[in-house]
Amino acid sequence: MVAAAPGGSAESVGRRWVQTGLLVAAALAFASLLWEGYKIVGGLIEDRWPDVLPVGPDDLTMPHVWEIAGSFIEPVQRGSSEILAVSLFKAAGFTLLEAGLGFLIGTVVGLGLAVLMLRSTWLDRALGPWINISQTVPLIALAPIVVTWGRTTFLGDTVSVALIAAYLTFFPVAVNGLAGLKSPAPEELELMRSYAATWSKTLFALRLPAARPYLFPAFKLAATLSVVGAIVGEISAGIRGGLGRVILDYAGRYTTGPEKLYAAVIAAALLGLFVFGMANLAEARVLRGEGRES
Amino acid sequence: MTMLTPVPAISIQGVGKTFNPDSDEQVVALDGIDLDVEATEFVSLIGPSGCGKSTLLRLIADLVTPTAGTIEVFGKSAHQARLDRDYGMAFQSAGLFSWRKVARNIELPLELMGWSKADREARSAEMLELVQLPEFGNHYPWQLSGGMQQRVAIARALSFKPRLLLMDEPFGALDEMTREHMQNELLELVSEVGTTVVFITHSISEATFLSNRVVVLSPRPGRIHDIIDVPLGDHRTEDTREEETYFKCATEVREALRHVGASP
Repeated sequence: MVAAAPGGSAESVGRRWVQTGLLVAAALAFASLLWEGYKIVGGLIEDRWPDVLPVGPDDLTMPHVWEIAGSFIEPVQRGSSEILAVSLFKAAGFTLLEAGLGFLIGTVVGLGLAVLMLRSTWLDRALGPWINISQTVPLIALAPIVVTWGRTTFLGDTVSVALIAAYLTFFPVAVNGLAGLKSPAPEELELMRSYAATWSKTLFALRLPAARPYLFPAFKLAATLSVVGAIVGEISAGIRGGLGRVILDYAGRYTTGPEKLYAAVIAAALLGLFVFGMANLAEARVLRGEGRES
Repeated sequence: MTMLTPVPAISIQGVGKTFNPDSDEQVVALDGIDLDVEATEFVSLIGPSGCGKSTLLRLIADLVTPTAGTIEVFGKSAHQARLDRDYGMAFQSAGLFSWRKVARNIELPLELMGWSKADREARSAEMLELVQLPEFGNHYPWQLSGGMQQRVAIARALSFKPRLLLMDEPFGALDEMTREHMQNELLELVSEVGTTVVFITHSISEATFLSNRVVVLSPRPGRIHDIIDVPLGDHRTEDTREEETYFKCATEVREALRHVGASP
């Protein structure tokens, strides 16, 4: 009994992409309609009963959708030759670098911790609670400490921000990684023992490959968290060049150009979406063809 | 047939296994087991659940250590035999690694033993021929039926040509037709390679058809109740299943099982 390859033909994959694109566009159009609809209806309500709405429908609080969209192609500042989209793209690239470094550090640390906790139940019991407690510390409180450390050593701000991002990303990797490393069935472990395979050979030939379906969801979460961590890190460190600083700047100048802050937030969301998409793509490539055990 | 071999393939003497000794949940899984298995012999272990047949197999495999007695495999300790990769193992679930293609699953033990890539590929191709799946090396396990997966698992267990094959209900999850077919194939395979086999099963017909001897175990604590010789010769075919001796031996096994107080 030989089943067809998973994922279907190239044609049907293409059709799925087109469908996804159309759905995303439709969702965006729907959200825009809601936004503008709220502004119109809200304006009528505001005229009759002022101050009853939670969010004012005025153009300062809620700029028009087309103004937000238009701001992307307007110059960053009066007289500047660079348009906002390019400036945001550069800032996103800067943040992506920090986030990527943070993701890498977090993944290595998370996987390392998972392997250590697998190796020794003693370490598992000692480290487990601390790993959980680590995530209850607010990142915003932690960030200035890390940045200060960075400035007193050779590390510098970029690494500091990456470390802040790593602080968020290591957690899902460690937790899911450990669950994945423990996922092989007793018979699979007995099989490895019957081959007199060493602990490390069992790790690489069985436990790590078996952990991959657990790790990829963690990677997806970690990827988006790394962007959050990088932006929070930039804001609390006041580092120039990244989206965090851009958001901070436009928040400060909100009254003169509210649409720019919205544009910057959209850029941050797009960056998160991008890294999530990359993790998704990596998962599809790595696990391609393996199917599910039936 | 075994006079040429000075030592038996497996020698079990006074073996007992107690789980959680010195505690309230102490379980005596096996007690006073004496059993010799000659080289190239096919021995089945049968008995009601809780009779410790799985534990006995794992003791031979050195996956579990006995609390009493000694086990020798090819004249050395079970532990040394495991380190020397003297046996291959197959379980009820084929236990193929889903991320490895079929050929690479067969090559797994060879990889762990440090064989070169060329040698591994040559051997896995040879094994795929042997289990009649020559064109499936490049498939993933999920693309194969249960019977085919089990054949791959057997090919993997035999890939490094171990002298001993330990099987824990390998055909337990297969339908009756596939099962009988696999039994024929297994006999051909092990007689070709000259492998000693210890085989756990719940099926009286399977034990009778495959074995030179059927060991019937009784439960709680697991003890050897009876050992039934099956003199059906070394060349068994579909017709063997209709021979008088076959029925006579199957009846003996059934009666022994009834005596130990449970359906198998």
